[in-house]
Amino acid sequence: MRDLSLHLLDILQNSISAKADNVSIELAVDTSTDKLALKIADNGIGMNEKLLKSVTDPFTTTRTSRKVGLGISLLKASAERAGGELMIQSSEGNGTTISANFSISNIDRLPLGDLTETICSIIAAYMEIEIDLTLINGSKTFQFSTIEIKKQISGIPINHYDVLEWIREFINEGITTIFGGVLNEIVSGT
Amino acid sequence: MKSLAELEEIRKKALDKINIRKENNGVRIVVGMATCGIAAGARPVMNTIVEELKKRNINDVTVTMTGCIGVCRLEPIVEVLDPDGSRVTYVNMTPEKAQHIVSEHIVNGRICLDYTIGEVEKKEKSKA
Repeated sequence: MRDLSLHLLDILQNSISAKADNVSIELAVDTSTDKLALKIADNGIGMNEKLLKSVTDPFTTTRTSRKVGLGISLLKASAERAGGELMIQSSEGNGTTISANFSISNIDRLPLGDLTETICSIIAAYMEIEIDLTLINGSKTFQFSTIEIKKQISGIPINHYDVLEWIREFINEGITTIFGGVLNEIVSGT
Repeated sequence: MKSLAELEEIRKKALDKINIRKENNGVRIVVGMATCGIAAGARPVMNTIVEELKKRNINDVTVTMTGCIGVCRLEPIVEVLDPDGSRVTYVNMTPEKAQHIVSEHIVNGRICLDYTIGEVEKKEKSKA
């Protein structure tokens, strides 16, 4: 994967396959410790111990059509290549939480990429899934929640073009505000 | 700063339009968005489709995602499903081809034959 937002999109598909209808995404930057942490928590069906143990193995998949599943193992490789690690917590019936850490200054750390496009494409395709996005940089935080938005627009689907456009601008503004000083370094990796 | 109050404006305007909107004609556009699709560039393809539909104010087409369709080497893959059950599978998609599909297939009802899985595979075979 070329950037973290594409990894995120991939992991979100896992949540959707696990029948999650609520996913919270947290992206935290801490420049004092040089850490970037991406956390995705869903309320899907979760994994049993056996699957959890083997899930980072590329030859593990829940798919029955073939024997390879690369999503999680690719994210793990991206994190480890950049001085970080991948952690997964999951149990059957209690959803799954995936956390990937990266060392910001590591030359191999993937750029964030277009986070807004990832969120908006999920909203456009799966209007019934609730997404909660939190951006953190030191003491600054930004919050976006589809539940909040849906309250404001009752009667209109959340994937209505004008609503999507508003969401796109809102999240972009959040990214600029929160990551202001380190924006180029985080988003494009330069 | 964007404010939630703006959403109320959007809602009012949208509600007016929804009343005059015609029945959903039921065309579905499905984009393969598994690991293989994403890595091959499916996200910009899907967003281009949504953008193009928006530009033309087409409200009766559903755009959605699916997992791995099974021919990863031909990703990004886009399927157009008509309400009568017919299905066209487009492969090796790019944002440019996606624009073309919206204007030709969705708007004018003409299938973009060159981008279909059948044609692409035929060409591949003749090369081999």
